[in-house]
Amino acid sequence: MSTSTQSPTRVAEEPGGAIRRNRRLPRYAPLGLYVAGIALGAVLSALTGFSIALTAVYGAVLGTLAVYTGARAVEGRRKATDRLVTALVTTAFAIAMVPLVSLVYTVLDKGLARFDAQFFTNSMFRVVGEGGGAYHAVLGTVVITAVTAVISVPIGLLTAIYLVEYGTGRLKKAITFFVDVMTGIPSIVAGLFAFALFTLLFGNDVRLGLMGSAALAVLMIPVVVRSCEEVLKLVPNELREASYALGVPKWRTIVKVVLPTAVAGLGTGITLAVARVIGETAPLLITVGLVTGTNLNPFDGRMATLPVFAYYQLTQPGTDTQAFLDRAWTAALVLIILVMVLNVVARLISRFFAPKTGR
Amino acid sequence: MTATKTPTERPPAQRVVRRAGDRLFAGSAKGSGIFILVVLAGVAAFLIGEAIPALTAPAEDVPGGEGLSGYIAPLVLGTLLGAVLALLVATPLAVGIALFVTYYAPRRIAAGLGYAIDLLAAIPSVVYGFWGLAVLAPALVPFHVWAADHLGWLPLFAGPASTSGRTMLTVGLVLAVMILPIISAIAREVFSQAPALHREAALALGATRWEMIKMAVLPYGKSGVIAGAMLGLGRALGETMAVAIVLSGGAGATLNLISSSNPSTIASNIALRFPEATGLGINTLIASGLVLFVITLAVNMLARWIVNRRADFSGAN
Repeated sequence: MSTSTQSPTRVAEEPGGAIRRNRRLPRYAPLGLYVAGIALGAVLSALTGFSIALTAVYGAVLGTLAVYTGARAVEGRRKATDRLVTALVTTAFAIAMVPLVSLVYTVLDKGLARFDAQFFTNSMFRVVGEGGGAYHAVLGTVVITAVTAVISVPIGLLTAIYLVEYGTGRLKKAITFFVDVMTGIPSIVAGLFAFALFTLLFGNDVRLGLMGSAALAVLMIPVVVRSCEEVLKLVPNELREASYALGVPKWRTIVKVVLPTAVAGLGTGITLAVARVIGETAPLLITVGLVTGTNLNPFDGRMATLPVFAYYQLTQPGTDTQAFLDRAWTAALVLIILVMVLNVVARLISRFFAPKTGR
Repeated sequence: MTATKTPTERPPAQRVVRRAGDRLFAGSAKGSGIFILVVLAGVAAFLIGEAIPALTAPAEDVPGGEGLSGYIAPLVLGTLLGAVLALLVATPLAVGIALFVTYYAPRRIAAGLGYAIDLLAAIPSVVYGFWGLAVLAPALVPFHVWAADHLGWLPLFAGPASTSGRTMLTVGLVLAVMILPIISAIAREVFSQAPALHREAALALGATRWEMIKMAVLPYGKSGVIAGAMLGLGRALGETMAVAIVLSGGAGATLNLISSSNPSTIASNIALRFPEATGLGINTLIASGLVLFVITLAVNMLARWIVNRRADFSGAN
């Protein structure tokens, strides 16, 4: 009924050049409808035992329906569809936030119980119940990740330099393509590769920290290549040409001009690559194993690493289950903190080491 | 005479300009590139080499006693089931997220929201496993019961409902959360590259925001979304720890998503059995790893091919 009274005025307005439709929902109407939807949802979920999750679901569905119907009656089909899609897209984002918030909350909630000095100063040597810590696992992770970086960064950086500065033709295409493909290698397959390689070299039942580093390097190298390649591509060609014009050889141009210009981006990319591999569990599980004592020599026997430590504490608890679970969650918390710190460091590097612009 | 002689002496001098340092540097850069190709070939070669004993072993010696294909087939089914489920859940969500971040969120906070989604990618998979086991699985038990009661006529929900929630359904959802940032990152990138002229033309013709997206952004970003989904699929196929922790698997081939007997996946089966495996058991696991390698390689190559094809024709650069 409202539309029939509306259309004459609209027709009358159009010759005047008024493009904007004057019938719109009041500005706060959608918000009000959503609040009403959530309230109704709370009532509905209270019928079957109140829960916040159900209230949110009911509220989102009812609110969206109400806004859609309201907009359809007042603003017409096209605007209503627009509002519906806006609601759906926003809901999609909200849904994605649920696991993130839930996960961080859970890990903090359960992990803080053992987040104490003992956790970082004791190993699990001769610990069967309470107490103990992940001193050996934290250091093991640091050692193995450092060895991985020592293997991966030179190879990855040199490959990126080849792709940007030297590469031509088929070899360049092949390397680019297979580096992309390599980023998709499942981590467990990288672990199997390292196992097979070292079994052939040193015989059966060999377990070394170096094996883990080799497996992680397979995962890390393509990440380093990709990010360094992107950064090196951004270095303006004028800088290279200016250097050549001064008679500087190509390799010195790369070392003295290209790399310093790109150093911020390279640092960021490499830090993010480290963050990517520091939490890898599967390859370490099958190549490095786990020990209870502290072993910091990657060339000699099994080592403890934080992800594997967390996994075994959770899945193979001893008699005092709760102590094992607490240690597992704290290890997970430390792991998340490590990754987050690396991410923040990466951002700081790109902020503080960025080339000075605007002279 | 001397003036004409100097130029004739120049060419050999210029040839010497290619110094040792240059050759060394170029050579090591090229060498690293080739080394990467060798590594990839090595991965395939070593896996094949270690898998051969399992391929040639008599069927009754392979764990399970039904030959290699009888051992691997249920694992392949479980791997595909979990990954496809994750893909079906994650792709629409990821497209929605990408649209939200690129075109709906207020400009000022959009970058921050995108970063929040990227954080999902930074969380180690073993932590996802912890979360799936401790939070998601118990939370989904009511849904399992409901699905068994109301959707039981579908083979996927045949039940009986698991009481622990450690099912293929839960695994699929955990994997969906894990691949969400991968798909949405790529979707975000292609959506934001949609030509501004097309978008503004659509808006100038009076299109609503959704109509503009439907006409100008989605057609442009379609192949990017497909490629992102394929990359996500590759990740979901190879995901190990989250599945190993959450799933109570190893029950042979079944499509049932919600019962407590599920097929295991290739990757999680390796992680669970490898530490205790010996002899032919190791070779069998490596053979299954080879199968996983081939599947993910195929999926990733297809994805990269789609991405590269789009880069060639889009004219975005």
